Amino acid sequence: MACNSSGCESGGCYGREKDNGCKVVDVKETVRLCVKCKSNEPMTFGDGGSDDGRFCAECFRSNVYGKFRLAVTSHAMITPSDNVLVAFSGGSSSRVALQFVHELQVKALKNYEASRDRSLPVFGVGVAFVDESAAYPSLSGGMSDAIAWVRSTVLSLSPPEKDLHVVPIESVFGSDSVEARDRLVKLLDSVSDETGKEDLLLHLKMLSLQKVASENGYNRLVVGSCTSRLASHVLTATVKGRGYSLSADIQHVDARWKVPIVLPLRDCVWQEITRLCHLDGLKTVELARHPQSGINDLVSSFVALLQEENPSRECTIVRTAAKLTPFYFNKIPETDDSCVPMATQRRLKKFNLKYDGSMTTEAFCPICNGPLNGSDSSEDESDALYDACCSSCRFQILPQEPSSLDHFGSLLPHHMISQVKHHQKFDSQTYLREKIKDCLLLDDEEAV
Amino acid sequence: MERGEAKSKKAGGPPRLCCICNERRPVLKRPKTLQQICRECFYEVFEEEIHQAIVNNGLFKSGERVAIGASGGKDSTVLAYVLSELNRRYSYGLDLFLLSIDEGITGYRDDSLETVKRNELQYGLPLQILSYKDLYGWTMDDIVKMIGLKNNCTFCGVFRRQALDRGAALLKVDKLVTGHNADDIAETVLLNILRGDIARLSRCTSITTGEDGPIPRCKPFKYTYEKEIVIYPFCCFKSSLDYFSTECIYSPNAYRGFAREFIKDLERLRPRAILDIIKSGEDFRIATTTKMPEQGTCERCGYISSQKWCKACVLLDGLNRGLPKMGIGRARGGGVNGGDHKKETKAGSTVKTLESKQCGSLDF
Repeated sequence: MACNSSGCESGGCYGREKDNGCKVVDVKETVRLCVKCKSNEPMTFGDGGSDDGRFCAECFRSNVYGKFRLAVTSHAMITPSDNVLVAFSGGSSSRVALQFVHELQVKALKNYEASRDRSLPVFGVGVAFVDESAAYPSLSGGMSDAIAWVRSTVLSLSPPEKDLHVVPIESVFGSDSVEARDRLVKLLDSVSDETGKEDLLLHLKMLSLQKVASENGYNRLVVGSCTSRLASHVLTATVKGRGYSLSADIQHVDARWKVPIVLPLRDCVWQEITRLCHLDGLKTVELARHPQSGINDLVSSFVALLQEENPSRECTIVRTAAKLTPFYFNKIPETDDSCVPMATQRRLKKFNLKYDGSMTTEAFCPICNGPLNGSDSSEDESDALYDACCSSCRFQILPQEPSSLDHFGSLLPHHMISQVKHHQKFDSQTYLREKIKDCLLLDDEEAV
Repeated sequence: MERGEAKSKKAGGPPRLCCICNERRPVLKRPKTLQQICRECFYEVFEEEIHQAIVNNGLFKSGERVAIGASGGKDSTVLAYVLSELNRRYSYGLDLFLLSIDEGITGYRDDSLETVKRNELQYGLPLQILSYKDLYGWTMDDIVKMIGLKNNCTFCGVFRRQALDRGAALLKVDKLVTGHNADDIAETVLLNILRGDIARLSRCTSITTGEDGPIPRCKPFKYTYEKEIVIYPFCCFKSSLDYFSTECIYSPNAYRGFAREFIKDLERLRPRAILDIIKSGEDFRIATTTKMPEQGTCERCGYISSQKWCKACVLLDGLNRGLPKMGIGRARGGGVNGGDHKKETKAGSTVKTLESKQCGSLDF
């Protein structure tokens, strides 16, 4: 049995070491090996985090990449016939996502070129960068440099070549940049709640990504959200009264959008991601953040505090939220796609990884796209927009005075407001469905 | 600072008139809504909202015997006062009692019990006191002497829950009400998320719990803010409410403290967030199968239990045999940090331990 005390001269240590005496401390150090492969020296990142000095560089890397790959295959995130758009912010998480997707693509290309029948095509990859300087003027200074850096990064990730789409956030309003910018500023100014403004911008950002994805023929949107970010999201959603829609946001797949969103890094923690960037020399660009004083920031600080007290807290939070029942759209939708290879089709069917796209039993908030809880509907049918929105958006985004609602509606991008009319038109249908939902025998919609 | 919800304009100028009655001068800003409000309107709206919570959720039926868990602290004292007042005003037809538990904590509980005894006289509500000494043969002072300041809250919480049920049975009451307020429930929702307790998460927002158990318990203060409970006695000139307001002397740095601090900060930014947390808790999509554990009875004492022996019996057995760690989590000596990791172990606990609460506040 190894003796832990230094300077020990007990009988038990003799004969165990080749060199003299009981220099147990030294022996312990030189014998330290990666706990996984037991052959290489473990990496120390010195960042004070857990698991420091346990794995060698290769094993660490393969652990993280392994989680990515498992998420991709077990949720059918990326299949051979897909055209994937990676949302890239320049930060560590999306940089790792981009890197891993690229490596997956390179491997697929290698297999394709090596195979005889060339049956499985290589999926396509594009990159999208959202330029938020119209919303945050403080960003405009460093923006052109940032974009140049993004461009060169994407260029370095070929072959296979990847298109880069620089998307100004105001593009949700149309292609005329001056007018669009104007409309964006007007819209943001009309939201008085600080947190509401931040959240509205997130929704617009997603809308702009969806727009560029569908206009350029992509059928998957990869978002680099990691466990840590989701942990914050769980808490912000809870404190904003969005408990019902929470389970929709934190799954691996979110297919309520036209271009389904996939989260391949959902099971990786922030620490792993930063360590990987450090290890592989993956450069990132952090655009200057404007000072935030809302709830989102408060929650981030709270989570950071909890992490200090217990480094696995983020994982526990996300694990708890993962026990909530997801929605039917948290799987890749079934599409009548004849160019999907047979092998893929068979596999998807076998593991029940898709759902029937015609099942639409949920109504969604036009602003945040959150599924609406039946109890959220307002009593007085005063304003179509007010009725259509979830209670959280009603409070923090919509203006409080009923007389301003109409004007506010006119400021929203077309895509959001068109949903309101849609909601109204099918109101009776969804209402009836809601009523008889309890009597319907649901097959696997709500099965855990 | 987030936009306030005050109806009256806040730019410049002194406050004009109370938002509600538009007659009197406002004296305070209502914590829940930031409305500028006069004293009378405050206690009127305070009492009215509680009345609505009681009526809309069908908490009571006429003729029921109801015990109020009374610790002598602010929540239960205000509860006793408001409930007896509303009972009279709206003719709920309830037979009200005060039920107090003496955990045997010198310098804390004996003082707060004096408060409850005064309440008995002030409100004319019959009082029943049960002590740990009588029920279990141990006072909290004895227990702490034996096990120290780690895990003491677990013992106290488990014992108190059973003590309240036993007291309720002695008084032959139909229901138990406790003074848990909105802040408490919001903290509990957050705690359950942080700790991964999905089963508790699904139950903790219910205004009535334990309907299929020995005695149902309700929380009429579910939507009442803690700050408003503090303000209420000052506004209520009808009678001054005296209550006891110090922390239990054995309360460690419980994990709940994290959630409490966070909620205080949150309330400053957006007062309605407390109610939003409760709403989220109610709306979480949790499969009904995770809700209740298998219900049986304790082989030793007959109390409700999901295991062979109820938690109180397990703990008592441990105490009596000089094995104070029995029934506490899974890790043995896993760390020596205050009370932070009472049951919070890396291995996780397969034994469903009852949630412990800080001493001084009543159990669910």
